[in-house]
Amino acid sequence: MIDVKRADRINGPLLVLEGFGGASYGELVEVSSPTGTRLGEVLSAGSDAVIVELWGDTTGLRAEDVSVRFRGETLTLGVSREMLGRVFDGLGRPRDGLPEPRVDVRRDVHGAPLNPAARDYPRDVIQTGISAIDGLNTLVRGQKLPIFSGAGLPHDELASQIALQAELTGAGEDFAVVFVALGISNDVAAYFRERFEASGLLARTALFLNLADDPAMERIVTPRAALTLAEYLAFEQDAHVLVLMTDMTNYAEALRELSARKNEVPGRKGYPGYLYTDLAGLYERCGRVRGRPGSLTQIPVLSMPGDDVTHPIPDLTGYITEGQIVLSRALHRAGVYPPVDVSGSLSRLMKDGIGADATRDDHADVAAQLFAAYARTREVRSLATIMGEGALSTLDRAYLTFGAAFERDVLTQGEAETRTFAETLELAWSALSHLPASELTRISQERIDAHHTGKLDGRGATEREEVPG
Amino acid sequence: MTRLGVLDRISGPIARVRLEAAAGVLEAVWVGHDRLAAEVISLDGDYAMVQIYEETSGLKPGEPVEGTGAPLSVTIAPGLMGETFDGIQRPLEVVRDAQGWYLERGANVGLPERAWPFTPSVTEGQWATPGMRLGSVQETTLVTFHVLVPPGLSGTLTYVTPEGDVGHDHVVACIRDAAGVEHDVPLAQRWPVRTPRPIAARLDPNRPMITGQRVLDTFFPVVRGGSAALPGPFGAGKTVLQHSLAKWSDAQVIVYVGCGERGNEMAQVLQEFPELEDPRSGRPLMERTILVANTSNMPVAAREASVYTGITLAEAYRDQGYHVALMADSTSRWAEALREIAGRLEEMPAEEGYPAYLPSRLAAFYERAGRVTTLSGEEGSVTVIGAVSPPGGDFTEPVTQHTQRFTRAFWALDRDLASARHSPAVSWRGSYSFYEENVAAWWREETQVDWLALRRRAGDLLEEDARLEQMVRLVGADALPDRQRWVLLMASLVKEGVLRQNALHEVDAFCSPAKQVRLLKAFMTVYEAGVEALGDGVPLVRLRDAIDVNQLGRMKENVPEDGVERIDEMAVEALRAMTNLRQALLSDRGEEVPA
Repeated sequence: MIDVKRADRINGPLLVLEGFGGASYGELVEVSSPTGTRLGEVLSAGSDAVIVELWGDTTGLRAEDVSVRFRGETLTLGVSREMLGRVFDGLGRPRDGLPEPRVDVRRDVHGAPLNPAARDYPRDVIQTGISAIDGLNTLVRGQKLPIFSGAGLPHDELASQIALQAELTGAGEDFAVVFVALGISNDVAAYFRERFEASGLLARTALFLNLADDPAMERIVTPRAALTLAEYLAFEQDAHVLVLMTDMTNYAEALRELSARKNEVPGRKGYPGYLYTDLAGLYERCGRVRGRPGSLTQIPVLSMPGDDVTHPIPDLTGYITEGQIVLSRALHRAGVYPPVDVSGSLSRLMKDGIGADATRDDHADVAAQLFAAYARTREVRSLATIMGEGALSTLDRAYLTFGAAFERDVLTQGEAETRTFAETLELAWSALSHLPASELTRISQERIDAHHTGKLDGRGATEREEVPG
Repeated sequence: MTRLGVLDRISGPIARVRLEAAAGVLEAVWVGHDRLAAEVISLDGDYAMVQIYEETSGLKPGEPVEGTGAPLSVTIAPGLMGETFDGIQRPLEVVRDAQGWYLERGANVGLPERAWPFTPSVTEGQWATPGMRLGSVQETTLVTFHVLVPPGLSGTLTYVTPEGDVGHDHVVACIRDAAGVEHDVPLAQRWPVRTPRPIAARLDPNRPMITGQRVLDTFFPVVRGGSAALPGPFGAGKTVLQHSLAKWSDAQVIVYVGCGERGNEMAQVLQEFPELEDPRSGRPLMERTILVANTSNMPVAAREASVYTGITLAEAYRDQGYHVALMADSTSRWAEALREIAGRLEEMPAEEGYPAYLPSRLAAFYERAGRVTTLSGEEGSVTVIGAVSPPGGDFTEPVTQHTQRFTRAFWALDRDLASARHSPAVSWRGSYSFYEENVAAWWREETQVDWLALRRRAGDLLEEDARLEQMVRLVGADALPDRQRWVLLMASLVKEGVLRQNALHEVDAFCSPAKQVRLLKAFMTVYEAGVEALGDGVPLVRLRDAIDVNQLGRMKENVPEDGVERIDEMAVEALRAMTNLRQALLSDRGEEVPA
């Protein structure tokens, strides 16, 4: 540890020490002043000058007042199982008024990349209890599956619902949730805490809360700290860990702010050119390790500025993650919750997770049929707006009935309603029953015989009863 | 190893070194007490800038820097096949066994050592020329490794090791050059990754590289020694298609570079390829495959190096007389690594922050593809397929634009096709290949069909379909005349039965040229016969009922490779049904039926 009693310049988040060469790159730095202590990191370690990036607010900080301590190590987080059931701030300090948890071991928050040759390909599913996800975009343990949302869409509700409902289908497996709030408002944070406390599931959850009025620079550290705990639980404590991070847009904006203050060459929309690498450094901290039972699954949530999926944040996220769940403003307006845009959503790992051993033998066929039939429904709907429903053929009208039933019975569910895989698939069959069996080309004949109740045959489309909630 | 100097400043993957001895540009160096692999990228008086291939946290000014006297190089030796390397050729399985599941720094490990049974093919006293085969090792069942005289070396063979087991350092031959200097040639040789390996001559492309993917082979072919770009937005299926190409292409050696991509995908390749069989030899695919995996969270400088490592290994097997295919997924991540490093060096940015030398680097990379005569007079080739990940799916961005300039086949993936679950989502309107003339003769000879004409007929049908689709969106298909609805029906059959291909289906994943041609010919014959029948006045409803559209569309999956005649039979059945309709109609009218 080296102490230096002064700094030469403070420029935004950057602190410059000249004539000093004793720092190592990436080293943790403590900067004390009469107004308090801030943490930072060595950004450039030279033999005659050191540049430190500070995470706290630097307003009012004066170069002549500070004393700088070089800690001789990178930023670490003490981790242990006891951190489950607790609430932390963005740097991993208790925020619930309770004492510091016992620490098993300290880990560098930046983590280290998993060796690709040590990874195991993810194959086991997680049941989120949400039909739109479980049925059509199944989440697999070790996957990173983001939610692409927009301002005013119910992603907070959906994220917390998943955090509360998610479970493993195998009995007796160790399941934990790490919930990471990035730059969210105080009332949203309160909403999350209340939901977790009311559910009684806080015991399996660790919350990391970086609020909107916390220093933006801390936001760079928050997901890293949370993932450090998640990795420890998953790969060393053999737990299946689900990490939800919301809202990644706030994270990326903090990164942009920092980059601009460092005078870096900006890339698209002012985001730094290394945004892809930086995001990958977070998202790739998930997966499975060969020969270990645990898994780390991520659901990052981000709001797309202007609902634009080509905006750099969703765009680069989509290139890294294994699919995406897209929320639709049109469905939200139509009162569908969760408003999952079926055609824009995708789970890349679903195909290897589902099936007779994991969910049900008909799952893949039913999902493919739902995708195809719903796509056809959308075509018929646009035709109907031009020509009027009266001009449609009987078959086209059957698709309209199917589409309405699908949105009402399969997609829509209550904010506290959880469904098993089997329940989701039964609802799907019931929606598909509005179509003649000859339209179900993606499903094998035996399965049609076993499940198709043929509502169109003579009886016409019947209304279903209310979904049990 | 010589002491080169000391670290002066560290900033991310870039460091400045105060030199105490002369260094060369592109010299490979070791940095710090942990000896991190690095490379000199520029020299400025007493200082050198180096890019470091590992995480640099903890490095301190004053730590030593050692020189190696040679540029960043790869090892060319038996044992490459089936291995997985990081961007600077460290075998990841060996690293894993040494370090555990996280990648730690300073893993300076080489290829796994073992004894290889060497058979010499030359004798002492013979005159050796560059590239000449000195002997061979059976590397895998599929690949024989030939030990070559290094480029630039010729002379008299003064020693040749006898048949027997040898290790990588074993000298297999000694060559006395014209100046009388003896040169040892070991089993394992080194080659600098940024220098293309020399060849005797470039050859014109003459033969397609069959990928087993109908939309590519039939409509947008690539040749042995050619280059293709595969751009697409996320979720369009670039990686699935690259995996299919790596599995089914009729190259003898595959080099797959996962450059800045997903860790789980590499895990999938690593678990799947050893279990998948090569459709031609029946052997595990891994026996002909080299993987370079530098995932997005691994150090960015090593990502920059990974494509060079990959292409140099590809050239090494080309020089032994193999047809090699290299898949790079994704070249955009490589370009971004260039941009990131250029930014750290505070270079003047050109378009979208990329350095001004981006186009020349891309050009130099794709120019390493080619069908060649090797130094020893053999034929070999390197085919390069580069995936491109344009931000926002916008093909006007710099990497896509420049890649398009330097590649001759362009396979554009389309987001709309992908979201309609049409895979591979290769747009038949946005893609092209300049190789069609080069391969037409091969197809004609191989399949006895006028391939160019057949494709043109199909292309016309798809083009008319695209035009009609616009009208359908406005008025619905039912409002169109029979002739146009027939076009829509048959075009959708071509899309379903030819263009669309299920990479996960046992039969459909790979489609031979013979089957490709038969399928397309079947649909086009049925289409054209239908046009005639409609012209005679047969109503569309009758025509549609007479043929089993569903069965025709599923021929790709239901007809196995060893029974492709069945496709012709089914086409004949459909034609017969249509002829019967015409006959019935015409005899009702009392007219003569044309034969």
